[in-house]
Amino acid sequence: MAYDKFTVLQSTAVPLPTENVDTDQIIPARFLKATEREGFGDNLFRDWRYDVEGNPKKDFVLNDRTYSGKILVAGKNFGSGSSREHAVWALYDYGFRCVVSSFFADIFKNNCLNIGLLPVTVSPEFADILFAAIAKDPSSALEVNLPQQRITLLTTGASESFDINEYKKDNMQHGFDDIDYLINISAEIESFAASR
Amino acid sequence: MEKNTLFDKIWDAHVVKSVPAGPDVFFIDKHFIHEVTSPVAFLNLEKRGIGVKYPHRTIATPDHNVPTVDQDQTIKDKLSRMQVERLRENCAKYGIELHDLGSAHHGIVHVIGPELGVTQPGMTIVCGDSHTSTHGAFGAIAFGIGTSEVEMVLATQCIMQSKAKKMRISVEGTLGKGVTSKDIILYIISKISAAGATGYFVEYAGSAIQSLSMEARMTICNMSIEMGARGGLIAPDETTFAYLKGKQYAPKGADWDKAVAHWKTLKTDEGAIFDKELVFEAADIEPMITYGTNPGMGIKVTGTIPSTQGMEGSNKTSYLKSLDYMGFVPGEAVKGKLVDYVFVGSCTNGRIEDIRAVAQFVKGHQKADNITAWIVPGSREVEKMAHEEGLVKILEDAGFELRQPGCSACLAMNDDKIPSGKYAVSTSNRNFEGRQGPGARTMLASPLTVAAVAITGRITDPREVFGN
Ligand code: SF4
Repeated sequence: MAYDKFTVLQSTAVPLPTENVDTDQIIPARFLKATEREGFGDNLFRDWRYDVEGNPKKDFVLNDRTYSGKILVAGKNFGSGSSREHAVWALYDYGFRCVVSSFFADIFKNNCLNIGLLPVTVSPEFADILFAAIAKDPSSALEVNLPQQRITLLTTGASESFDINEYKKDNMQHGFDDIDYLINISAEIESFAASR
Repeated sequence: MEKNTLFDKIWDAHVVKSVPAGPDVFFIDKHFIHEVTSPVAFLNLEKRGIGVKYPHRTIATPDHNVPTVDQDQTIKDKLSRMQVERLRENCAKYGIELHDLGSAHHGIVHVIGPELGVTQPGMTIVCGDSHTSTHGAFGAIAFGIGTSEVEMVLATQCIMQSKAKKMRISVEGTLGKGVTSKDIILYIISKISAAGATGYFVEYAGSAIQSLSMEARMTICNMSIEMGARGGLIAPDETTFAYLKGKQYAPKGADWDKAVAHWKTLKTDEGAIFDKELVFEAADIEPMITYGTNPGMGIKVTGTIPSTQGMEGSNKTSYLKSLDYMGFVPGEAVKGKLVDYVFVGSCTNGRIEDIRAVAQFVKGHQKADNITAWIVPGSREVEKMAHEEGLVKILEDAGFELRQPGCSACLAMNDDKIPSGKYAVSTSNRNFEGRQGPGARTMLASPLTVAAVAITGRITDPREVFGN
């Protein structure tokens, strides 16, 4: 469905340097039972965020008020495992609009782009710069500029460009999704289907 | 003439159009749906006021969230029941074929597709489930998608995807005794890591792969996603054709001959270029087991957990966090460690050959007292065969508990959960934290290794039990 447009985002960021964070951690399977796309943010990182009694775990970053913002800076190979789009819904619903990592799992990245959560792939070095800057000063803000395809650490001006294909970039900037596009070319799809 | 890989041939034949500087509009032949990742897609179709474009190209079954006991009764868990009911409503409303609980072909979506002969060489197949890669064993392009894409396929039979890079992984030679296709894939993932094939579609080739049965090939393709690959595939051959012949949805008569003639063209041309090529020797592969919290963390059953030497920063922290979760320390051996549960099932190893292998192994033995042993067939068909072949009796005599078909403890959405802190040696595909229940500690292995563990109660090399 259509989603919020994304152009330029300035925000502080939440750091999660753990590597190989799979979608079972982002949203455990037992919270996939809904038949509507609502309320998934409450269970984002459920088992890292809360203990079995449901009390917040103090050492987990989402429970640490020092850190906040609409950007999640994540470790390498983020979003591996299950194709569940619920993981992306949970991040979005929680309030994230952008995830930064030096390496994303494929399906996760696609899912992000399909619902308007911008995945920004940076070099491992730049990821380290971000982690270090946020650790030193949690109020460090980042700018993610989609039209210019550039991410900047505003406190120092350190910046890097990122890749995104023109089609997806255009979709993100206008809040369009693929179905709008596909329905527009249904005549072509029908003739292709008829040939099969 | 241009030299193409198998992947190119199938992909290129399904591109409706290419968006300039964007993805391909990619046509999907077959779409599988289940109760968990489809309801929101149907809901969105309704919001848009559109229907399902080609309902006969979609097949449904409830598997992820269903109980594995009393399947003939109303599902107790309210949310699970709602998802299954929603699936039924949506299938009825749009005219989608449903293999419901209790019906002859109910089962895990990736088990019933091949079983019905729906899965065929040269097809494009998707499902809102990452292990859709299983179907690649037939020489199909099959991969998992998100719910937005499920919606796209329902609405238009297409998704928008950029073509993946191509990798070929060859395994040459003969497998040793007690070494299975599960060990091959766990070995490959341990070598290239859980992210080692991200961005690629993998073709498996080589004499060791060609010698495998269809079911064993499915186990390999199934776990392609565990090294980050979009999917994996194997060129169809006589083994493939023999498996498909006579299956419900397989072509018949003259159509069959025509189909086989086409399927025979589905192979990588000699000299075709891959973006990456890897070769492994079957003789180097031994029974494998995982010790950490991603499928790349695997070692020989007789091996020791790697030390942290050479690791630093978040790499080291993440590694130690993983071992801490598992209750292990670097440098120790896994063999001999006590285990609490064994699970035989899932779309990786829940087919009849897997159950046969376990039954043959445990025949005349008793499971160890410290072990709770679950066997969950991948489908009703598998369950039926297991009864008819007397395997259920053998397994129950050995102390195993047989449950009804479904995903079960593979992802523990239903009641089949491993308790917190307990060790499970499992034939499934993911050892993520909490995958088999909050706090559960999962070690992935082959059905043979799992059978050996069930009998001894400890991490065991199945080759040692073979001798007795
Ligand atoms: S058995 Fe496990 S991996 Fe396979 S479809 Fe079910 S949940 Fe997914």
